[in-house]
Amino acid sequence: MKILVAVKRVVDYNVKIRINADGTDVATNGVKMGINPFDENAVEAALQLKEQDQANEIIAVSLGSSANQDVLRHALAMGVDRALLVETNSKLQPLAVAKLLKAVIAQEQPDLILLGKQAIDDDAGQAGQMLAALLNYPQATFASSLQLENNELLVTREVDGGTETLALSLPAVITADLRLNDPRFVKLPNLMMARKKTITTIPVADLGVDIESRLKLLKVAEPAPRKAGVMVSSVDELFQKLLDHEGVTL
Amino acid sequence: MNILVLAEHDGQQLNPSSLQAITAAQFWQAPVHVLLVGSALDTIASSLATVSGVTKVIKAEAAHLENPLAEDIANLLVSISSEYSVILAAHTSFSRNTLPRAAALLDVAMISDVLEIQAENCYVRSIYAGNILTHIQSQDALQVLTVHSSHFIAATTQGGSADISAIDVPAPFTQTRWISTKQTQSDRPALSSAKVVVSGGRSLGSAENFEQVLAPLAAKLGAAIGATRAAVDAGYAANELQVGQTGIVVAPDLYIAVGISGAVQHTYGMKDSRIVVAINQDPDAPIFQIADYGLVGDLFDTIPAITAAIQ
Ligand SMILES: Cc1cc2nc3c(=O)[nH]c(=O)nc-3n(C[C@H](O)[C@H](O)[C@H](O)COP(=O)(O)OP(=O)(O)OC[C@H]3O[C@@H](n4cnc5c(N)ncnc54)[C@H](O)[C@@H]3O)c2cc1C
Repeated sequence: MKILVAVKRVVDYNVKIRINADGTDVATNGVKMGINPFDENAVEAALQLKEQDQANEIIAVSLGSSANQDVLRHALAMGVDRALLVETNSKLQPLAVAKLLKAVIAQEQPDLILLGKQAIDDDAGQAGQMLAALLNYPQATFASSLQLENNELLVTREVDGGTETLALSLPAVITADLRLNDPRFVKLPNLMMARKKTITTIPVADLGVDIESRLKLLKVAEPAPRKAGVMVSSVDELFQKLLDHEGVTL
Repeated sequence: MNILVLAEHDGQQLNPSSLQAITAAQFWQAPVHVLLVGSALDTIASSLATVSGVTKVIKAEAAHLENPLAEDIANLLVSISSEYSVILAAHTSFSRNTLPRAAALLDVAMISDVLEIQAENCYVRSIYAGNILTHIQSQDALQVLTVHSSHFIAATTQGGSADISAIDVPAPFTQTRWISTKQTQSDRPALSSAKVVVSGGRSLGSAENFEQVLAPLAAKLGAAIGATRAAVDAGYAANELQVGQTGIVVAPDLYIAVGISGAVQHTYGMKDSRIVVAINQDPDAPIFQIADYGLVGDLFDTIPAITAAIQ
């Protein structure tokens, strides 16, 4: 089985996000970046399938500028076999991402495609489902466990209030929840080795895909802060505030 | 053109968030149709028909839709899409699974988790775990979106008199098979719609403590219990109790954060609560910056004291 994993480069989740000087977008210059956490779970899931002898090749693909090489190196250091960069300086929205991935899939013909369930920058959570639609493949989103059984993939997905289990025939698209696994720690020697590996670059123009943005960003703003709260010094005082000021009956 | 709301239900009852989506759909001042997908829909269809603002209830019934797959729902949406200028639903795991698939089949962008509808194609939504708000304009003729339910009031369940009709269902998608669904049974109110939520963090220290400290308080308040991801990862609380960017979004009247640091990934899921009370032993814990009332103290003393003080 051949697996393709999509990895996005995003602002590190610990960074306090700020708006750029002209107020048109989020400031990302000089900000610490890294692999989208959910995509790391997707890479880990692929590696585990390979370790169980259920996959023989794992390809990581990232879409974006040459800076994305760092997340591909991270995936290589984790253990993927090959890395592809679909290079563009344009901002890509989920539909364009899905279309580009579909074009890569037409070339690579993987049996399984893994993605994170959402990117922690735009919080859209759409790319996997859109890709599955364009390919007319089965999909299982928010996967918290997966196992291959008789050529079918059994996937347990996180749904509101519980879980759901589906059986998918391959090829299929899966999006990973954080609970799918604990991504392995990347050791320094592996990172050094990954530096030497080649990353195949595909210019976006070669894929012949319309990547025009359908959603226009009009402006960005910081949300209004919650009104300043008060500190109370005792349980009694807390009750009094809730009763007198908030009309909460306890 | 009409507006279509994809409803979520368990065969008997509508998910309360669908009523909020119906309110959001009123924005366009066009007829609002509601699509019900399932296997035996008469009961739920007749209760939906009286929801105020709904003009038509569409039943898509088939045996294979009892536990509907995203693949089948997306195909259904596509089959009726030509009558609509907007397709929307509440931002639940159900619609998050389904609507992006439909949007891609229709070759349109999707707008996830809309906080505010400003004009017929302009929306406000947040990015980076609620840290930044973006104003966006859709360029597509058909718009597909999910709405952040707590920002819209629920439509009332009376006063409407919608027509009910049935539609043909496309052939089933056979490469995916539904195997099972496990809903966690609980006597507590559902987390996503509870009026009071008591949430605990990693500081509870064990699954036993989590239950022993929080359950009596939740019982007295008739509250749902929530948790941070750290508490879930440590195995103190069930997965589906996770509140946050990647868990459930809640907006109760009262949210009590017990031993929770207040990471943005958590606060994304609860900062629309009307009143936030935080109890933490660290006076500098970020949670105090978004709490209406903060109490510095050891939760193992404070929570039993609060519980005892409630009549
Ligand atoms: C991609 C990603 C997605 C995430 N999604 C979510 C999400 O959806 N929801 C979520 O919650 N988190 C999420 N997180 C995790 C989040 O970043 C934080 O790690 C988590 O919310 C911290 O949980 P906590 O407050 O329980 O633990 P900690 O940060 O460890 O805080 C414990 C707090 O308890 C206090 N405390 C300790 N002992 C006591 C005591 N005896 N009495 C009173 N107070 C005490 C401490 O002062 C501290 O403030 C996500 C992280 C990532 C990377």
